[in-house]
Amino acid sequence: MKTENQKAWFFVLPVLLLVAFNALIPMMTVVNYSVQETFGDNVFFWQGLDWFQQILRSDRFHAALGRQFMFTFLILIIEIPLGIAIALSMPRKGFWVPVCLVLMALPMLIPWNVVGAMWNIFTLPDIGLLGYVLNHVLGINYDMTQDPVAAWITIVTMDVWHWTSLVVLLSYAGLVSIPDAYYQAAKIDGASNWAVFRFIQLPKMKTVLTIAILLRFMDSFNIYTEPFVLTGGGPGNSTTLLSIDLVKIALGQFDLGPAAAMSLIYFAITLLVSWLFYTVMTKDDQN
Amino acid sequence: MAKITLSKLRHSYLPNPSRPSDYALKEIDLDWTDGGAYALLGPSGCGKSTLLNIISGLLEPSEGQILFDGKDVTKLPPDQRNIAQVFQFPVIYDTMTVYDNLAFPLRNRGRDEATVKERVMAIAEMLEVTDLLDTRAAGLSPDNKQKISMGRGLVREDVNVVMFDEPLTVIDPHLKWKLRSKLKELHQRVKATMIYVTHDQTEALTFADQVVVMQLGEVVQIGTPVELFDRPAHTFVGHFIGSPGMNVLPCELRGGQAYIGAHPVALEGAIRGDGTGTTEIGVRPEFVSLATNGLPAQVTKVSDVGRHTVVECLAEGRRINAIVDGSHNPTKGDAVHLSFQQDQTRLYVDGWLATTPDTQTAKSEPMEVAQ
Repeated sequence: MKTENQKAWFFVLPVLLLVAFNALIPMMTVVNYSVQETFGDNVFFWQGLDWFQQILRSDRFHAALGRQFMFTFLILIIEIPLGIAIALSMPRKGFWVPVCLVLMALPMLIPWNVVGAMWNIFTLPDIGLLGYVLNHVLGINYDMTQDPVAAWITIVTMDVWHWTSLVVLLSYAGLVSIPDAYYQAAKIDGASNWAVFRFIQLPKMKTVLTIAILLRFMDSFNIYTEPFVLTGGGPGNSTTLLSIDLVKIALGQFDLGPAAAMSLIYFAITLLVSWLFYTVMTKDDQN
Repeated sequence: MAKITLSKLRHSYLPNPSRPSDYALKEIDLDWTDGGAYALLGPSGCGKSTLLNIISGLLEPSEGQILFDGKDVTKLPPDQRNIAQVFQFPVIYDTMTVYDNLAFPLRNRGRDEATVKERVMAIAEMLEVTDLLDTRAAGLSPDNKQKISMGRGLVREDVNVVMFDEPLTVIDPHLKWKLRSKLKELHQRVKATMIYVTHDQTEALTFADQVVVMQLGEVVQIGTPVELFDRPAHTFVGHFIGSPGMNVLPCELRGGQAYIGAHPVALEGAIRGDGTGTTEIGVRPEFVSLATNGLPAQVTKVSDVGRHTVVECLAEGRRINAIVDGSHNPTKGDAVHLSFQQDQTRLYVDGWLATTPDTQTAKSEPMEVAQ
């Protein structure tokens, strides 16, 4: 007996509805804005791909995109090796394990805007602990509201402080899952510490590192709250990352059309780079 | 290759051991000759892996010494002892090819590539993995992975001892047998001292020339497989080796004669010592037969295991196994009489063998238990 009907589709329906309401429909409204111009009163004029062309050709977008890639690059190049190094030096058993884990998890538990505010106050030249020590004790001229370099150092340091823990915890999880026998075998094989890292620890951490890199890429590429609270994109436009620029266009200038086009381009870039990362990092497993 | 001597070795995982039970390994004195094949046999937790890790240098003993060819290596780290170890779960370096895996121990020791190649090819040929040399090790089947980890141990031509820590645990049953004979063959070819740790009697008895049986951190008997089977020095050995193991039956001694309940049992020979302590009779199921007279018993279970039949009986409230040839099987509930072959019936006092074989009866025909 073989029954053939289309009832199975009903089982897919809940998921379809869920995805429709939390992703597809909001996204389609953005698509809707991106091809039209509106002056309010719900009156729309068809624009075709004009907004996309305008955004893709604008220097302002190029500059923000450049800053965004620079920021993400710095974040990954610092947080991933640092996270691995911290995970490697954490104890594997005993009293200090939970202590380390809790300490590591703490920064991640603090809300984004609080992190931004904390670092803002922390680095104020006259009252912030770090700002005061740098300016008045060590005599280094440090003011992120005036100096773009100082502003960049501050947002990168803040992100490293906030999110390196994620890489640490993921790497640590990868490390503790390595059976003792591997280390014992390596000892007997006469492997150096570097060889142990290169041929045992790194390969075993690969899966979690792939996840860590993807998460840190997406998060840092889409970062908004912390730099917004910390520098507001300044001084000048020096820390205006893509998302900050996007909000300026959408809510500051109320240019909904260009903002919608920019969101879609932004989304496409994030998707593309994530896919590239994933493909490159998992290439070996397919062979 | 070396002679290995363990001298007054003791180990405890506790910082300040005081009682004997604090020791995972009680005092051990052993001599292992160069080129021998040894097995450490015992149940889980008997200390055999501890002993292995002490020999390999992964663990430093609390007391005592380990000597390789008379040289004290107790404090040396594993890489300076020149040993090889194969672990329970195959350890391979996933990102490397099979060739690089085999070459790894040599390259770490700075051998030139020509020597490396020669050794790797020789070992690969021995293990029959030559056609796999260029494949990534990650995708291999468990038995091939375990072969590669063995290969990494054997690739160095000067290893003092190769140790196997239950290496066949994760191998499919039908490949176990193949790998075991491969191992035996390897031993004959490379002539290295090999120590094989296992809780599986078949593995131990087929691999080793000498089996060291351990229980609760103590060596209870060292002997050839035949010796362990024929004259277990301790009831534990008798029970642990054999399938089913030796029957161990509490008995009483009255006037130099052993009795199970009211039934006298003839022993293989004279009793050493005064026989005070817990006395037990040990006789293997192979030497228990169903007879017309003898110890009355009731059959509680009959299992046909192929070559023969295991008959489980109850006599004097004790379970006794007998192995019969299967031509005249009793059925459950039958009342039978059990007869013990006299030259295989021994007395154990406090667990240890306490009879010496009588030269007259040793070669005689099986005798019935006296009525």
